[in-house]
Amino acid sequence: MRTLTLTLAATAIAIALAAPAGADERYPPVSDPLTKKECGECHMAFQPAFLPARSWDRIMKTLSDHFGEDASLPADKTEAIRKYLTANAADKLWRSKMMRGVRKDWTPLRITELPRWKHEHDKEVSPRRWKDPKVGSKANCLACHRHAEKGYYDDD
Amino acid sequence: MIKTILASVTWRDAAVFGAMAMAIAAFAAQNARAASPQDMLKKFQAEAQKAGDFPAGGFSAKRGKAFFLARHAGGKPATPSCTTCHTDSPLKAGKTRTGKVIQPMAISRTPDRYSDPEKVAKWFRRNCKSVLGRECTPREKGDFLAYMLSQ
Repeated sequence: MRTLTLTLAATAIAIALAAPAGADERYPPVSDPLTKKECGECHMAFQPAFLPARSWDRIMKTLSDHFGEDASLPADKTEAIRKYLTANAADKLWRSKMMRGVRKDWTPLRITELPRWKHEHDKEVSPRRWKDPKVGSKANCLACHRHAEKGYYDDD
Repeated sequence: MIKTILASVTWRDAAVFGAMAMAIAAFAAQNARAASPQDMLKKFQAEAQKAGDFPAGGFSAKRGKAFFLARHAGGKPATPSCTTCHTDSPLKAGKTRTGKVIQPMAISRTPDRYSDPEKVAKWFRRNCKSVLGRECTPREKGDFLAYMLSQ
């Protein structure tokens, strides 16, 4: 009986620690070293849970024209990264907020196109702040979210 | 005979053997990647000679500088020059379009540059296509590297 009580208490604490009240903008950090290195050379390596698998698939198949840049990689690396990103994509998670309003026949290529991203940024961030040279681009999460690489986006 | 040997192999032996194999593999992998900037120059020289395009006086930092600063045609309009992202001085840090800092190109500022052949090849391939709309020649790469090593 005592063991059961202890187990229940430990579980409750674990759940409380994992999801503190209000902290709902957390995404598992990039755990694959190759993905972190190759994607992270030009921009922060975005968490796979920000886009559905079909989006990552399309992105990894069009790297030679990656938003106007040649981001191509050797085929083996491309495939390894594609596998990691698609396996951990937003639509592989249970009730991902990033999937809200994303229709099944839509393959978004930019995280900034997603309704969830827009909802979180459009009202809160003025056009003037986007033009700040320290920000430079909407892909520069780290300009405002200091712990973005750890998947923590609640600091706004 | 084989049975006796197999029977005498314990889990500990297997673990020790496995660890040794991994250490050797890791060493080999590191060795394959390790090269000095001088090795890179030699590689470009060999390629230029093969193409019959190795200059009589060797690679030139002066030509490399002119190439670095030039506005090239044929590439993407947003990136007419190396300096678009790297600034006009190799001693200064640059910036990608997404706002990420690019460490200075000069070897004196970023000493670990130009020693990973795979990385060097990757960035010449990508950036030459962006700026010039084609791959760079071995001679252009050699001059560029000579310039960066002189800085």
